Amino acid sequence: MSEHIVPKKIYYAIFATLLVLTGVTIAVAFINLGPFNNIVAMTIAVIKATLVVLYFMHVRYSSRLTWIIVGAAFFWLALMVALTLSDYLTRGWVAGPR
Amino acid sequence: MADTQTVEHSALAHHFDNMEQQREAGALGMWVFLVTEIMFFGGLFLAYILYRYTYQAEFAAASKELDWELGGINTAILICSSLTMALAVYYAQLGTKRLQIIFLVLTMILGASFLVIKGVEYKHKFEHHLFPGIGFKWATARDRYHEGEGGQYQGDESAGLGQSNTPQPVSGETHPVPNAPGSPDPYKIQLFFWIYFAMTGVHALHMIIGLGILTVLVLMARKGRFTSEYHSPVEVSGLYWHFVDIVWIFLFPLLYLIGRH
Amino acid sequence: MSIIAAPVAPRTHYINATYGVKSWLLTVDHKRIALLYLASITIFFFLGGAFAVAVRLELLTPPGDFVRAETYNRLFTMHGIVMVFFFLIPSVPAVLGNFLVPIMIGAKDLAFPKLNLLSWYIYNLGALFTLIAIISGGVDTGWTFYTPYSTNYSTSNVIMTGLGVFITGFSSILTGLNFIVTVHTMRAPGMTWFRLPLFIWSNYATSLIMILGTPVIAITILLVALERLVGIGIFNPALGGDPVLFQHLFWFYSHPAVYIMVLPAMGVVSELVANMSRKNIFGYRFVAFASVAIAVFGFLVWGHHMFASSQSVYAGMIFSFLSYAVAIPSAIKVFNWTATMYKGSISYMTPMLYAMGFIGLFTIGGMTGLFLAALGLDIHVHDTYFVVAHFHYIMVGGTLMAYLGGLHYWWPKITGRMYPEGWARFAALVIFVGFNLTFFPQFILGYLGMPRRYHAYPEEFQVLNVMSTAGASILGVGLLVPMIYFVWSMRYGPIAARNPWGAVGLEWTAASPPPTENFDVTPVVTWEAYEFRPREEMEVVGNGEPADEPGRASR
Repeated sequence: MSEHIVPKKIYYAIFATLLVLTGVTIAVAFINLGPFNNIVAMTIAVIKATLVVLYFMHVRYSSRLTWIIVGAAFFWLALMVALTLSDYLTRGWVAGPR
Repeated sequence: MADTQTVEHSALAHHFDNMEQQREAGALGMWVFLVTEIMFFGGLFLAYILYRYTYQAEFAAASKELDWELGGINTAILICSSLTMALAVYYAQLGTKRLQIIFLVLTMILGASFLVIKGVEYKHKFEHHLFPGIGFKWATARDRYHEGEGGQYQGDESAGLGQSNTPQPVSGETHPVPNAPGSPDPYKIQLFFWIYFAMTGVHALHMIIGLGILTVLVLMARKGRFTSEYHSPVEVSGLYWHFVDIVWIFLFPLLYLIGRH
Repeated sequence: MSIIAAPVAPRTHYINATYGVKSWLLTVDHKRIALLYLASITIFFFLGGAFAVAVRLELLTPPGDFVRAETYNRLFTMHGIVMVFFFLIPSVPAVLGNFLVPIMIGAKDLAFPKLNLLSWYIYNLGALFTLIAIISGGVDTGWTFYTPYSTNYSTSNVIMTGLGVFITGFSSILTGLNFIVTVHTMRAPGMTWFRLPLFIWSNYATSLIMILGTPVIAITILLVALERLVGIGIFNPALGGDPVLFQHLFWFYSHPAVYIMVLPAMGVVSELVANMSRKNIFGYRFVAFASVAIAVFGFLVWGHHMFASSQSVYAGMIFSFLSYAVAIPSAIKVFNWTATMYKGSISYMTPMLYAMGFIGLFTIGGMTGLFLAALGLDIHVHDTYFVVAHFHYIMVGGTLMAYLGGLHYWWPKITGRMYPEGWARFAALVIFVGFNLTFFPQFILGYLGMPRRYHAYPEEFQVLNVMSTAGASILGVGLLVPMIYFVWSMRYGPIAARNPWGAVGLEWTAASPPPTENFDVTPVVTWEAYEFRPREEMEVVGNGEPADEPGRASR
């Protein structure tokens, strides 16, 4: 993590954005978008998390190693979920022994 | 800024060569720790994903019982606390003692408010018999579902729900009799609440630990320990606090906002 | 020609720098913490061994006449839990890793010395909970804690044991965290990544696994404990839960865990093979990348433990294919070690004997893993003694051998004393023979159909079982011998030189035993890893050599 001091203005801007996005999440939740409700909610959550990581946690100004570590963590989580779901989502696809 | 090369800083640990190395190691250490936290919560998220995918109707029905207003307020509170924490780090980087302490304390107040509201929510759940395993009854204040139909999913000891301490074998007693086709299976509803309490409970535990860390930071700050040359405990604790906030950013829509439409 | 130097005058090093129980229990010196770990895990090794003795005694005769079935369940469960979590996982990293990682990279200590000490205390706290669970009757679920038995039906001390394992997991996490940060930030000037000893690469890769995997088993155990307390049915199919979810979560950690157990051992073997053949490791970069590849690929294969668990066949095929892929980096390492030995100047001292034992036995264990990775064949041998033999070949024939080899190799550095070579070779031989006699028959037993975790078996399996128990007794005796002579050597062993093996590596430039600060002056590395020079040149006194000045205290 570099000693780069992030200007307060940026913190306030991110803060405001986060609050607005929270409001949007709640508002959209009450509108019926079918399967997209989920996608929208998660997309907004990912954006919010990314803003916190990049600016509040200073990753935007950090070394490549820090980027790799953050990336690796989420990648590993995705791996765990994806491979597990590969079991649940494919049950019945290939006939097992009768 | 003092020249850290020629003058050994009082906070320099014996095994590091210079403050820069120490700071780098501290930050890296916290990031590696956060990786473990991501995987720790990850297991819970996996369980959530699986059961939500499998029991979509029940999860939607159960989620409606959660108080989204309180959840929304809590989300706003945590976002504010992330701001105050970022500002505390900012003033620590500048070495401004008074403002460091103010923002650390503000963060603590916001964190504590979050926990109080959480406690209120938990109390509500308990009062409405929505606490899994202890007096759980899927009958809401709106009385949409009948109690006693099929009987076996009531919150009494013999039915296999609400067991305390020693688990009894459940076979033969607990084939739940659904009310009517298409109505939510109370066991699966209970599963939602179980996941809700597990996830928010573990999150709250991390908040409590965070408050402890902040307390230590405030005490250290009052002694003037943090200067523009040495403030990595504040930075590093900030990382932890923001992480806990990020977890909530995901928990809120996933738990409170299913099926609201 | 003896390369053991004449005794030097007493000087200050990390063992005698300060005295008193408090100075050990409150130390932050990574070398002392390594010894603290050595004591703890040795105790648990023998506890786990005792359970194994009981298991093998029961299996001498076909009927279940030594203990009842319920008791037998507890015996093999406790054997597994103690050996896996309290011996194998910490062994090489916590003892050899803690001692050597800072020295090998030219640092004064790990990045977080106090966290290091904390990790030892956490280990012991977890161990205490597990001991309490054992004393009050143990657990009977198998070390794998499969649900819904462990969550809803077992009446044994699941929560207490789970708590013990949960807590000890944090010890593992802290060690891994420490290693990663140390290797990234505290390498001496000139110590680039590709000049690092392969032991460091292995421990680094292991630390990645510890960080990414251990938290998942932590949350899984927590869920099991909560489930036992409240009984919701998260893993109980009668209540809408899925027991296979537990297995996914459990094996997501527990498969990489076996790489936690074997990777550091491979790192030891790399050091032993290179130094005892006096030859640069063949394909250094391949071995380094293979270590990381094993760590990464190891996370992709956990479903191969679940081929018979009603996991989807499609997923089974994916996991089977990936399991074959993960064998490749391990095979690369075996080829490279062998190629290193080819035309090397091999000295058949005890550490080399253990290293060679590792290579052969790990290969057998690894190849039988390929049998198990094949979907069809696994259905036949799943839950039989074939599996038991497979993993014991890797964990005992592999990890234990490497651990012992490493202990012998670095013993002069750690204690400043040499162990008796004659007894050591004898013990190595006895252990090798005993081990093979114990576990090779189990491959046959498993293939013939004897299930694991059964205390009674059909008559036709008795001969092989008797052979196995006989082998176990020999193995047990063989393992006692090093215990005795290591303890003996600490007081009466010949005093060791700084570099009794003529090996390369920064640890051999520090004194035997090293001063608390490891090096008086931070070394500047200008040589490649495993750059061997003629023996005469290796003894040249350079930086960080206080041994030749008797009475000179180090800071």
